[in-house]
Amino acid sequence: MTLDVINPNAAECRYQTTLNSGQHWSLLVRRDIQMTLTDLSGGSNVGMLLYNPTQLSEKYNAPDTLKCQHTFKLTRGHCLYSDMGRIFCSIIEDTFGWHDTVCGNSHSSHIQARWGARNYQQDRNDWHQNGYDSFLVELAKYNLTRRDMAANLNWFSEVGASDDGQLALKRHSKKDDRVTLRFEMDTLVVLHTCPHPLSEAGHYPRTSVQLELMQSQPMAADDPCLNYCQENQRGFENNSLYHFGLQTLYRSMP
Amino acid sequence: MIKESPRACSTAIQRDIVPAGDYYIQIIKQGQTVRLVDLEGNQAADTLFYSANDPGERYSATDTIREQGNLYLTAGSILKTNENNDLLEIVADTCGRHDTVGGACASESNTVRYDLEKRGMHACRDSWMLAIQEHEEFGLGKADITHNINFFMNVPVTPEGKLTFEDGISAPGKYVELKALMDTIMLISNCPQLNNPCNGYNPTPIEVLIWD
Ligand SMILES: [Zn+2]
Repeated sequence: MTLDVINPNAAECRYQTTLNSGQHWSLLVRRDIQMTLTDLSGGSNVGMLLYNPTQLSEKYNAPDTLKCQHTFKLTRGHCLYSDMGRIFCSIIEDTFGWHDTVCGNSHSSHIQARWGARNYQQDRNDWHQNGYDSFLVELAKYNLTRRDMAANLNWFSEVGASDDGQLALKRHSKKDDRVTLRFEMDTLVVLHTCPHPLSEAGHYPRTSVQLELMQSQPMAADDPCLNYCQENQRGFENNSLYHFGLQTLYRSMP
Repeated sequence: MIKESPRACSTAIQRDIVPAGDYYIQIIKQGQTVRLVDLEGNQAADTLFYSANDPGERYSATDTIREQGNLYLTAGSILKTNENNDLLEIVADTCGRHDTVGGACASESNTVRYDLEKRGMHACRDSWMLAIQEHEEFGLGKADITHNINFFMNVPVTPEGKLTFEDGISAPGKYVELKALMDTIMLISNCPQLNNPCNGYNPTPIEVLIWD
């Protein structure tokens, strides 16, 4: 865990930490910060929810994210949308290629059925945590409840569907796979490192994920997320209006 | 799965027409059955469900998808809550497939999907917002307006991971029937969407029937 506290605004300033499986974490991540998640072990899963910290009822919206970009998978070039038509963050780098956002979380009943009950008394911090409870714990710190929980992302887990809609967890990331998110507005990030709800691993996965924060580069005109589709260009226009950047908002006018 | 209902319309205890662009909110008691009829075809009924005794417990698309291991809803599907409890069961379906991935249309997402100037067009989410404002007795707030079911809508996923909005597989008179497994608040927005083929660019009414 490192942070340049002498000069936290320096461009080279970084923060980095390692999350082992079964943990939960949150931070208000400011606009123009980028977050890189790296699977240090292979086989990881990171559940994530996003909120607008100044209006906590604005949150990550999986359906809008998918249909705005005509996609079922999430990868580089895609933006993560709020329910208010704005972009929380863009996926500017991805070595894995297919992240899930429809399968949600495991509950304690799933974990118990597959790998045995969570038991702190016996297992200490290797206890079998589940995604749903992990989110509840972290959300409570912001006065948020189960009512505020949305469909979450599952980074590093590829879930495909057959013609008749049957789902399969097809692939997890390998060691050193990583994904980088560039934050386009201030965002409360809530995450856990519990197993994907469709995981059928023989043992409760023991994985680790590195989380790194640093200053991002300004978005260039040829940015792959901005230019992924016209929908994303309009999403960024909505962000400009939110930030009152009128020169961007009306750039298409003569 | 196509499965016809044994229930006759004449024995229903309640019948209502919901015009396109309107909302409908109603409690369905445990054991009662509700039928939604696509009267003219190609309509989308964007629907949310809540436990009537505890609206913090409500329909969860992700829990439903995960538990049945399938993206599409049809006869035999059990609709799950965010607490992973059984909320409703689809007991009859003459359409064959219903979407729960695509979500509802909203003024805000319309600006992204179609044009910044479409913000003024009526959308499902606005219907729900009016419903929760006009019906405080149900105790619903914005946080409860979540990931819904789109009855009669067809949103297939390709092997490459694309999401497509197809012309409906519904037709005039097709219906879906749900049995309540707990006392349930049903909140429908009968979709007013004019920009995509989910309702053939021509939103039309649905009918709601309830049996004891
Ligand atoms: Zn709609």
